[in-house]
Amino acid sequence: MLVLIEHNGEVAASSLEALTVARAIADDLGEPVEAVVFTAGTDADPSGPTLGGVSAAEEEALRSRLERLGVSAIHSVAHPELATYSPERWGESLAQLIRRVEPSAVVAAGTDRGNEIMAQAAARADLPLATNCSAVASAPPDDPGATSQNGAGAQHWRLTRVRQGGMLLEDAELAAPVALATIVPGSAEPNDDATHDSSGAARAGQPMAVEVFEPRFDDAFVASRLVERTTRDAGVSLATARVVVSGGRGVGSADGFASLEELAKLTAGAVGCSRVVTNNGWRPHSDQVGQTGTKVNPDLYIACGISGATQHWVGCMGAKAILAINTDADAPMVDRATYAVIGDVADVVPAIVDEIHRRAH
Amino acid sequence: MEVLVCVKRVPASGGTPQLTDDGQRVDTRNLAFTVGPHEECAVEEAIRLVAEHGGAVTVLSVGPAEADEQLRYAISMGADRGVLVETGADELDPQATAAAITGAVRRLEAERAPFDLILFGNESPDAGNYQVGVRVACALGLPIVGGIKGIDIDDGARHARLRRDVPAGVEVYEVSLPAAAAVKEGLNLPRYPSMRGRLRARKAELDELSARLPDAGAGTGAGDIDTVPSEIAIGRGGLRKMRLRQPEEKRTETVVLGRGPEAAPAIVDILEELDMV
Repeated sequence: MLVLIEHNGEVAASSLEALTVARAIADDLGEPVEAVVFTAGTDADPSGPTLGGVSAAEEEALRSRLERLGVSAIHSVAHPELATYSPERWGESLAQLIRRVEPSAVVAAGTDRGNEIMAQAAARADLPLATNCSAVASAPPDDPGATSQNGAGAQHWRLTRVRQGGMLLEDAELAAPVALATIVPGSAEPNDDATHDSSGAARAGQPMAVEVFEPRFDDAFVASRLVERTTRDAGVSLATARVVVSGGRGVGSADGFASLEELAKLTAGAVGCSRVVTNNGWRPHSDQVGQTGTKVNPDLYIACGISGATQHWVGCMGAKAILAINTDADAPMVDRATYAVIGDVADVVPAIVDEIHRRAH
Repeated sequence: MEVLVCVKRVPASGGTPQLTDDGQRVDTRNLAFTVGPHEECAVEEAIRLVAEHGGAVTVLSVGPAEADEQLRYAISMGADRGVLVETGADELDPQATAAAITGAVRRLEAERAPFDLILFGNESPDAGNYQVGVRVACALGLPIVGGIKGIDIDDGARHARLRRDVPAGVEVYEVSLPAAAAVKEGLNLPRYPSMRGRLRARKAELDELSARLPDAGAGTGAGDIDTVPSEIAIGRGGLRKMRLRQPEEKRTETVVLGRGPEAAPAIVDILEELDMV
């Protein structure tokens, strides 16, 4: 079984989850877990977890880290053309590796990039792909004839996919010679202790093999080229903030966000908003929390004047606690919140800011 | 330039989706249908690109006969023509959907002009398979980048620059045309259809194609499917939906801290407790 590892020297948290899920499946099947790592080039990538461009020292650290995570071998994918990211080249590389190794399954994190590379690989290897799975298990089919057109050698898997941003689950069957699946972030507690398998037995302490795999690209290979990359200022980001102060229709205007900005500043948080707000042009789309925006999981989500439509809810339901401030006591957001204040955002938020200032003196 | 936009008919769900008894689909008896936000932006972008560079916008949908409603909506926004690939009421798996779109594109290109740009939504709001656009692009030999929130066409050089947000910043890709892109909401603010647009859309003639899966009991050879000339032959993919279900929701009793500004001290107590101020 192969696991695609996103890294920037350090293994990405989402890949750690994917690895945890893969290890559990592999243990059930009595198979080893092998990592796929893109290591080509020296173009160190400053933009967070990626798959490529690590220094030799980082690569060494990555190897020992993966060994501790119970990985028995690394397929180090290397080619000069892989120095910068290209969805087509990375996907084609993975498809070629799949043909070479013939694994039972390939698992990756259900991140934007993980889904993109896996979709490319699936298309090129002509394999089905189940994205954003919360559970995957090997299983015999209920009806052996039902999927016969997938040919001899098809293995059967049962899995659960997350749909509509998490509002629905889909139980599905996957029949394929190689199962491709991505794991939705937040579906597994990443397990750092890989010295024992799920039955408690100690894993064989064999040294990890590193195999360099060099894909081939013909001259006419069609690919997009990454020509520019800018890194955002290292401020508090929506995706990582402990507090998100988010505003909806009830904020009333772009100016109405001033007090939300201030509250976010005082709590070292980030400002978010609902879809109505970006559609009205009050805030940039990059601030939008929701199914078509950013999914956040802060310790506290302060929903100011947000009614809580499904599209928004799936973006903030990962918060540990939610405080809803709304004039409508029956709003879905108030109903689902941990704490609620019934009132107008324009009165309540400035009062919170004043109270924080008052206590600071 | 010729731009194709692929759209999907999806339920416009505002609340918790209810399911049919067999768990095969969302119960849509009381729901309206729509195209997803990403795809609405794709239609808007296509209309703007054609306004700037000339050409025509074609909208294509694979789905039930009723998807003509979504094609007409796109036409009311300003798309030039609509193509419906009818596949019946059941949701296709992503490989079959991609095969139906690919077959339709080949036919349209053979009959008319090749497309310079094919736009998809980044993912559908309902199934969210994140792969149909990539599969179509691969089958057609086109480059494709996902999550796109900015498109610049260099008409003379036959290139496009595609911009997307990534967790740490912004990436810009360059592709040679013809190309494909999977776009995200935030690309633009889609217009509301004008009254004239609505009238035009109501009268518009749609091109109709159909694509059928082999019958469950019948043979699986591809040769016996393509008996009707207008029908696109597709096969079933390896991912099969068994049933949909609602996730268990942890319902917590909401603690009402108070009404209006008087609740501020109670809120700040919580912020202090969580060590946030």
